[in-house]
Order: sequence, then C-alpha cells, then structure tokens
Amino acid sequence: MNKLGKRLMTLTVIALVLTLLSACGGNSKDNGEAALSGTINIDGSSTVFPMTEAIAEEFSAAHKDVRVSVGTSGTGSGFKRFARGETELSNASRPIKEEEAKAAKDNGIDYQELTVAYDGLAIVVNKDNDWVDKLTLDELKKIYEPDSKVKTWADVREGWPATELRIYSPGSEHGTFDYFTEAINGESKAMRNDKQITFSADTNAIVQGVSGDSTAIGYFGYSFFEENQDKLKLIPVDNGTATVTPSPETVKDGSYTPLSRPLLVYVDKAKLSTPEVKAFVEFYLENAGAIAPEVGYVPLPDEKYTEQLEQLK
Amino acid sequence: MSMFEDANRKQISNRRKKDLYLHLLFIAATSIGIIALMALLINIVLDGIGRLNLDLFTNYPSRVAERAGMKSAIVGSIYMVLIMAPISFVLGVGAAIYLEEYAKKNAITRFIQLNISTLAGVPSIVYGILGLTIFVRGLSLDRSLLSGALTMTLLVLPVIIVSAQEAIRAVPRARRDASFALGATKWQTVYGSVLPSSISGILTGVILALSRAIGETAPLVMIGALTFVAFLPSSIMDQFTVMPIQIFNWISRPQVSFHDLAASGIIVMMVMLVLMNISAVILRNKYSKQI
Repeated sequence: MNKLGKRLMTLTVIALVLTLLSACGGNSKDNGEAALSGTINIDGSSTVFPMTEAIAEEFSAAHKDVRVSVGTSGTGSGFKRFARGETELSNASRPIKEEEAKAAKDNGIDYQELTVAYDGLAIVVNKDNDWVDKLTLDELKKIYEPDSKVKTWADVREGWPATELRIYSPGSEHGTFDYFTEAINGESKAMRNDKQITFSADTNAIVQGVSGDSTAIGYFGYSFFEENQDKLKLIPVDNGTATVTPSPETVKDGSYTPLSRPLLVYVDKAKLSTPEVKAFVEFYLENAGAIAPEVGYVPLPDEKYTEQLEQLK
Repeated sequence: MSMFEDANRKQISNRRKKDLYLHLLFIAATSIGIIALMALLINIVLDGIGRLNLDLFTNYPSRVAERAGMKSAIVGSIYMVLIMAPISFVLGVGAAIYLEEYAKKNAITRFIQLNISTLAGVPSIVYGILGLTIFVRGLSLDRSLLSGALTMTLLVLPVIIVSAQEAIRAVPRARRDASFALGATKWQTVYGSVLPSSISGILTGVILALSRAIGETAPLVMIGALTFVAFLPSSIMDQFTVMPIQIFNWISRPQVSFHDLAASGIIVMMVMLVLMNISAVILRNKYSKQI
C-alpha cells in the first residue's frame, strides 16, 4: 500500500517539475541586428481586433522578440484597462467617452487617438423581403428608438405589409451598438428593449436570424454582409440629402453617413517613447492601408495615414 | 376455472404491454441524447476535417484562415492544466480528508459542507470575477498563466472535494478499524489504508474536474486571457491564451473559412478531453485492482 503512496508522490513531483521546466524553457532568442524586444499589450474592441491582429501578426514576423498580445474584451473594458495603464494600445470602435478620458487623465495617462480604417454599418433584411427599397434615418429611429411603437412593417411606412417586425441588434457590450444608438437614436446605449428585439453577442447569430426570418431586420459591420451577400438583402439608407448604399466606395468617400464609422486605436503617449511601441505604431499606420481590405474594412486615403504619422513625430 | 385463467392472461398481457411501452420510452430517452450528440459531432467533423492538419498545431493565429493555427492556445491550455493539477489535487484531497476523517461532525462542519456543495454549482463567470479581484488585482499577478491556473483551481476545487469525499466515505469502516487496531495513528490510517482504497475514485474525480477546466472560457475571459498571442509563455507570469477562447474568436468572425477552422479546433479539444477521460478510466481500473 505504501508503494501506492510513493507513486502518488512521484506523480505530483513529476507534475511540479514539468511545470517548472515549462516555466524556464521556450526562450529561443533570435540574435539579429539591434533587435527590438519587450511586450506590447493591446485590448479593446472586438471589431477593431481583426485589424490589429493582422498588424500584430506581420509585426511579430518582422520583430521576433517583441511579444504582442491582443485581447477582445470590448471597447469599454479596453478603455478601463487602458486608463489603469495596463495596456499600451487600446482598440476602439467609437471615440473615447468623457468619463473614460477623465479616468485616464486621473491616472496620469495622456493618449493619442489614431484612425486606422473605416467600417460601414450595414442595415439588412431577409432575401424574401420585397417591400423595403430603402429606409430613412427617421424610419430607422422609429424602429429602434426606446419605447418604440413599431410592431409591424406597416407601422414603419404605410403600404408595407402588416407582418410582425422582428428586430435584431448586437448586444450592449459591442461598440457597434454604442455607435448605432448614438448615430440613429441620438443617445449612446438608448434602444428599445421588448420582446420584439433580440440582442446577440455573436454577430453571426444575427446573420442567421435575419437570413432565416422573412420579416426580420438587423444591422452589423459591413464585413459581415460582404461574407453573407447571398443570404441577405442590403438596404440603402436615405440620410436626408441622398440615398446611399453602403459599399467600400461610399464608406471611403464619406457619403454613407452617419452609418460609417472610424475604427480607432488609442496609444499611451508615455509608452510611445519606448522603441518597440513607437515601431509598432509606425508599422501600424504604414501598413493599415494594405491590411484593411484583407480583413473586410475600408482603408483611409493614403495622405490621412501620412498625416497621422507626421503628428506622432 | 377458465374464466379465472382468461382474466389472468389478460392481466399478464397488459403488464407485458406496459413493460414494452416503457422499454421503448427509455430507449427513446437514451437515443435523443445520443442522436443530438452524434449530429453535433458529425457536423463538426465534416466542417473541421478539411483543416485538421499539422499547421493547426504549429502555427500561431493569423488573419488568413489558411495560415492560422492554435499553437499558443494548445500550449496555453496544457500549461494551465499542468499548473492546476498538483495545486487542485493537494488542496482538494486535503480538504476532503479533513472533512471526512478529522473534522467533528457538528454544525460548523455541516455548514462548510453545505457551502462546498453550493459552490460546486456556482456559475463559472463568478469565479472569473473572484480571480480578477484576488489574483489579477489583489495579488498583482496580472493576466498571467498563474492567475489563470489559480482561478481555474478555485472553479474545480468544490467538484474535486465532493468527489474525493464520496470516494473516502465509500471505504468500509472495517479497514479503518483494522488499522487503528494495529496501533496506527489517524494519519497512518489515512495514508496507509483509506487513501489507497479510495484513490481510484479520487483520481477519476480529479481528472474529470480538470477536463472541465479545459473547456471553460468565461472565467478566463473575465480575468483577461487574450485572443491573439503569437508567442509561447516562457514563465508562469507570462500572458497566455487557451483553446476555447481561440475557438470562440474564430466562430465570431464573418468568414466561413474561420468557422471551419473553429470546427477543427473543436475536434482537437474533444480528442484531448476524450484522452483525459480514457486515462481516468484506465487509472481507476489499474488502482482498483491493487487493493
């Protein structure tokens, strides 16, 4: 019986040794030219994530000793960590709010805002929906505003069928939700909340929902429409001056307002003085234009990137 | 006489019918679970098999689905379990031994017992909040592998304690008495008699609890395990990511090719879980023969 006890001890010891070994190993150094090293912590918006991830991937390939990590805890949580000085960069799908800026300032953190790409919010309905030709901003507001009275499509515009309207929206943890409510309802985070609306943390669930329900409406980042064009119908938006269909062109030239938004990255100015963060940010602005279309976003005009690079110097 | 026989026969045939119906009902109850699981498995294997190649194990995450792998996530998960296993074993089994062998059976012990059973059912996100407050911020361990492993230890501890207690309780009274009769102390009895008799049950509980930890995402998201990590942790204070987080990120992307990649990731994770469960069965058989 004691044999068993010994075996147990051995097992425990092996596990401990393995742990320690793993703790010491895996530190292969690439001794090239005056290589950069250090860590860069990034967190924030999951919308901006694919963009920053792509840049981090390329940057890591070029600078093997710099450890870049990117989180997706959301724009708001990202700013919270940023204000505590836990991250060097913060991804954001909306501009920083006053209270968030104040929290950063209270901790002595001074930041620089960079715009790295644009994204359009696509308004979509089911493929079988043959009545909606366009929606005005007022109609969108009628559908999504708090305490909305809209129950059927007929309530949105006269002449449309009186079938129940089922509404989808990204959940409140998304910067996309913040941006949409601000742009359409005029107040961040203000939206109807009743049994007709479904909030979802997973954008693909909204794609599924709208593509499987003939009377549904939803909105999300344009890249999700682009990947599911065959399942959804894209709705042009009448913003009072023109009726615009979102596309990389209309997002880029600014005509698809107010539903196109800048994707932002905030940099801690104090950390910008370290060579690795400086190199990363410059690398970001130099390559964002090429990377953006690859991950489904719209690049800024080239001169905007150069302008921001100049500002950093 | 014949009337009596007829009635009897009728009764018997009624009972047989009843038996048959219930038999079918139980088969249906079993198969619904199995069919749902099979459908899920087949669906995932069909989606994921195409991308299940070496790249998945050797590459870091990438924006290009064809190039993306989950090396850092697989290694992160393994490291986390390796750190967790000894800590949760010692703490969990220690607590179980105390509660079963040493503690007096009074109101305080019952209160502790009630708490442990309740903790076993607390949603995992709550442990994430706890880990964030205690380990990440309180002890300033940051978002390290160690914080993650300790948080997960808290999560699985109640499960380990309860299962270890059950295993210890199942050891017959006579074995303890025999040991005491030889003049053994309490610890000698526990170490020489109770633990060896219950170790198979304890190990099964520990391994099943650890495999639960591999699949958990919520607490680690809460303490801020990351999504894009293109390096392996070189110490227990390094940042890390784990498989379920990587899989979740891939599923939530717009591109279908990433959804397939997520399916391959799920296959890898399931194979790992099955291996752990098989090892639990093997360990149990091996040790139960020795007693």
